[in-house]
Amino acid sequence: MPGQTNSLLNSYIPVLCMGLMALFLVVVFVGLSRILGPQRPTPQKLAPYECGVTPIGSARERFPIKFYLIAMLFIVFDIETVFLYPWAATFRHSGGMMLFNLFEMAVFVGILLVGYVYVWRRGAFEWDN
Amino acid sequence: MLFLLFGGSALVTGITMVLFPNPVRSALFLVLNLFCVAVLYLLLNAYFLATVQVIVYAGAIMVLFLFVIMLLNLGTPDRSLDKLRWQQPAAVGIAVVLAALFGAVIYQSVPAGPPASAMMVEAPTLYAPRAEPNPMLTNQISDPNQLRAITPDTMGTVTGIGQSLYNPGEAWLFPFEATSILLLIAVIGSVVLAKRRLPGEDASAAGEREGGTG
Repeated sequence: MPGQTNSLLNSYIPVLCMGLMALFLVVVFVGLSRILGPQRPTPQKLAPYECGVTPIGSARERFPIKFYLIAMLFIVFDIETVFLYPWAATFRHSGGMMLFNLFEMAVFVGILLVGYVYVWRRGAFEWDN
Repeated sequence: MLFLLFGGSALVTGITMVLFPNPVRSALFLVLNLFCVAVLYLLLNAYFLATVQVIVYAGAIMVLFLFVIMLLNLGTPDRSLDKLRWQQPAAVGIAVVLAALFGAVIYQSVPAGPPASAMMVEAPTLYAPRAEPNPMLTNQISDPNQLRAITPDTMGTVTGIGQSLYNPGEAWLFPFEATSILLLIAVIGSVVLAKRRLPGEDASAAGEREGGTG
C-alpha cells in the first residue's frame, strides 16, 4: 500500500533532521570561529602545548597485519548480527514455526560459534602473540 | 527532490573519491558515497538494505579498507607507480561500453519517453503522497512463485526480509544456513593467513614475516 510505505519513509524524517542539524552545527561552529576569531599565528602559538607531544616521524607507516585481522573478524561477526535483525523481528510472530525458527538460528549461530572457538583457541584475540 | 539531492551527491562523492590522490581521503569520500546510496535504498523502499548498507559497508568494510590502505602504506601518493600506460585509454573505452549498456537497459525498461527524464519521474512516485499503485511494487509481487509471503507493505522492511528468509516454505532457508558456512570459511581463512605462527612452525619464517609486516 502506498500509504503504508510512505509512513515508513516518513519515519526517517527525524534521521534526516538530525543529519541536517549536525551539518548546521558544524558549519556554524567552525564558520563562526573562523570569521570572528582573530588569527595572528606565531610559532609559539602553533607549537603543540599541553595537547600532545611533538610527533616523531611520519604517521604514514605500515601498520601491522593484526589490525587487518581484527577488522576481518569484525566484518564476519557483524554480518552475523545483520542476519539476527530480521530473525528477531519475525520470531515472535512466527506462530507454530517458532521452534523451527529457533533451531534454524541455533544452527546458524552454532556454525559460527565453531569459528569463534577456533579464533579464540588460535589466540587471534590476543594482541601480543 | 530527495532522489536528485542524494543521487547527485552520490555521483559527486564517487567522482571525488576517484580523483583524490590520497587514498585515505578517497576512502572517506567512499563512506559519504555509501551513505548517499543508503538513502537511495530508502527511497526505493528497501529499508533493511539501507540499514545493512550503513552497518556493514559504511561501518565494517570501510574499517577494513582503511586498515588495508595503512597496511599497504599508500599514504604518500606515487605517480611513478602507474606503469600500465594502456590502462587509462582502456578504462575510457570500457566506460563508454558500460555507459552504452546502461543506456540500452534503461531505454528498454522504460518504453515511454527518453531515458533520462523517465528515471526522474519514476523515482519520486515512490514517495509521492497520493501516488497511484507503485509500478515497482506491483512489478515485484506479480511473480507469485518467488515472493509468496511478501506483501507490498512489508516488502523491503526488516519484517518482510525475515518472513521470506526464515519461512521454511521459502527457498532461502538453505542459502541462509550456507551463508554461515561461508562466514566460517572467512573466519578461518583470515586467521590462517594472518596468524602464520603455529607452535610447530619454525621460528625463522615467522620472524621474517613479522619483520615484513611490522
